[in-house]
Amino acid sequence: MNPGFSILALIVLMGAVGAMTLRNLVHCALSLAVTFAGLAGLYLALGAEFVGLAQVLVYIGAVAILIVFAILLTRPLDTAQARPFSATWVAGLAVALIVFGVLSMAIHRSGVGADRVALSGGVTVREIGDLLMTWYVVPLEVVGLLLTVALIGAVIIALREEAPRAEDAAGDGPGKGIGKEKEPGHREP
Amino acid sequence: MLGTGIIKGMAETARNFFGSYADPERLVTVEYPEERLAPKENARNFPFLVYDGDNPMAGLRCVACQICEKECPPKCIYIVKDREKKPDFVGKPQFQPKVFDIDISVCMSCQICVEVCPFDAIKMDTEFELSRTDRFGGLLFDKHELARSNEHYQRIHPTEAAEIDARREAEVAKAEAKARADAEAKAGEKTGADAKAGGGAASPASGKKSTPPGKA
Amino acid sequence: MNGMREAADQIFVNAKHWLVEWMPPALQPLSSILLSVSAIVSVFALLFAITTIVERKGLGRFQNRLGPNRVGPFGWLQPVADGLKTLTKEDVVPRAADRLVHFLAPLALVVPVFLAFSVLPIGRNMAAIDLDAGLLFFFAVGASSELAVFMAGWSSRNKYSLLGAMRAIAQMISYEVPLIVSSLTVVMMAGTLSLVEIVRVQADFWHGLPQWHVFTPWGLAGFLLFFVAATAESNRSPFDIPEGESEIIAGYYLEYSGFKFALFFLGEYLGLFAVSALAVTLFLGGWSAPVSLLAWLPSWFWFFAKLCALIAVLIWVRATLPRLRMDQLMRFAWTFMLPMALINLVVAAVWHYVGGGLAGWLIGAVLLAVPYVGLGLLLGRPGGFRKRTYRFAD
Repeated sequence: MNPGFSILALIVLMGAVGAMTLRNLVHCALSLAVTFAGLAGLYLALGAEFVGLAQVLVYIGAVAILIVFAILLTRPLDTAQARPFSATWVAGLAVALIVFGVLSMAIHRSGVGADRVALSGGVTVREIGDLLMTWYVVPLEVVGLLLTVALIGAVIIALREEAPRAEDAAGDGPGKGIGKEKEPGHREP
Repeated sequence: MLGTGIIKGMAETARNFFGSYADPERLVTVEYPEERLAPKENARNFPFLVYDGDNPMAGLRCVACQICEKECPPKCIYIVKDREKKPDFVGKPQFQPKVFDIDISVCMSCQICVEVCPFDAIKMDTEFELSRTDRFGGLLFDKHELARSNEHYQRIHPTEAAEIDARREAEVAKAEAKARADAEAKAGEKTGADAKAGGGAASPASGKKSTPPGKA
Repeated sequence: MNGMREAADQIFVNAKHWLVEWMPPALQPLSSILLSVSAIVSVFALLFAITTIVERKGLGRFQNRLGPNRVGPFGWLQPVADGLKTLTKEDVVPRAADRLVHFLAPLALVVPVFLAFSVLPIGRNMAAIDLDAGLLFFFAVGASSELAVFMAGWSSRNKYSLLGAMRAIAQMISYEVPLIVSSLTVVMMAGTLSLVEIVRVQADFWHGLPQWHVFTPWGLAGFLLFFVAATAESNRSPFDIPEGESEIIAGYYLEYSGFKFALFFLGEYLGLFAVSALAVTLFLGGWSAPVSLLAWLPSWFWFFAKLCALIAVLIWVRATLPRLRMDQLMRFAWTFMLPMALINLVVAAVWHYVGGGLAGWLIGAVLLAVPYVGLGLLLGRPGGFRKRTYRFAD
């Protein structure tokens, strides 16, 4: 085991432990970002330049930000304190163990460890691009379609808030809470 | 079309940029300690006390009537009346301030003291470089620091000062004429004048005595 | 003559080799790295110092003012005074702040920005590392600075800081998309992600004229889109809403003082240099001379000349345009920049298959001009930049 791997592995594990145990949710999210960065470092150390940099771009640049935004937008700042153990921690542990078992079994069966090929100089971006555009073009297109559908779906869900508001302004809204107290035509320009 | 406004704006700023090098008239900055704007006549900053003649304390116009002290909204004026009187510009004996302090860290430059002063004794200065190393004692000006000559006043507010000087000269002339007339009258009828003059002298004195309780 | 030219061109490369050879063999890789790093850090930090004073003086002139002229001859020593001031100022941390995150945020901002310079070819043979995925590396480190902005805004425990951070992140994510998509055209045409290769593709001359990407329809459009998106990425006016002084005071670095503030300032300007340098590399031929007649000047000179020209344009833009509103900003990103960048990809593909030339120009111009005018009308129509309606705050 070389020292580079040990340091990176330590960073990843410490980040993961921090993400689980820290009291402040934002700290947990930042700790998770450290884990992502460590994973990117591991990919880079393995010579997978493209994957490592994509990991940084996607996970630190987007996923971590998304998590942080979700925390900020869903709960008040001062109560971002949470107990490290939720009420259903046993179930969570069981699910985590099952996922871990399934994944490790899949990796063991796939024979990744068996045919260990010494890569000469790593995989270039050009090779990855060629493969994605020829051999894996159908999966790529499917993934693209899936993401587009998800994006459009998210936009539609976000847009739907407009509808009750229009009824609300007309005066015959669903009649819940604040909407009912407003006079009809109150917000008409 | 999209972007034409941006190009127009960029052209304008570019014209400014090169124009400011080609034409120094464009630069509006006055580099203050070296360059100064010409003083403005109606500028006002903090009050000062006007004196006539050469001796600041002898020529002080202030008669310690304390109207300004009472009217001052932030109460930054402090006056103690002196027991001794001194003759004013027409030669009448008047009170003078023993202590006249203005705390200019409190003063709000409202000019109300100037408006209420019946003796044209307090006026607004245009001096603004008043920074001191001591912000408590250094900004509490006593009457020696506040005294400025009438020439200074004439220099900073020429129109106002000319008007006041004309009025004061007229008063002096009137007083002199009255004194002359009185002297002539005295010379004319010496016998019956004594009783009249005594009565005339007594009534202002009694009036003066009656004013302080009325004021309070 | 030729030898001298070569020597001037490679002076820094040769100096580095010469210095490294003095080291014992075991220390040679490390000393090589340290030399590259210290060169990048010192040169770009110096450029930062020069840019601050040039910007302040330039902004003054753009507004018919004199600008700073007190410290040193004509005020040119102002950056020294500013540096001393920030170094000696008290470092105030709010009591409610999250101390650790508050401390880490400026570092997490500055370190990735410096990393971004490592893949930029500053001259011929003068890239600190020639990564196969250099462009991806650049965008990856650029993306990680968003987290630093969030850390700064959140840890300060100040509503303005948090608002500034939210605005900054929303803006950076929105403009990162057109930024990356517009630079993808270059990747498509050059067939590589390596920045060194991308410059090499543009470095040849055609009858003494340059072969820069900006001299193609897709390159011109890509450059303009990239430049606008880069302005937004580096939070420069007119996209400086994350730190709008008049509304949220200084945004995410409001609660920073002393040297930490200076680090934020440094990070911001270095980010500006980095994206400008990337624009030079991708579209303006990197270190290559503009005409073959001027190729005798060293390559690093041309790189810095182009970089300084772009910085000057950014200062000029800052002096001219007022700040955009948040919804205008987002609207511009998603309804104008992104469609144009996507259309530009199509234009690049068409150019590739037509093979350039007059036909390529004609098709490219039509393909770009029609949506430009159309989207422009859409944005500029009376309801385009309309008054904002608030859904939750009436």
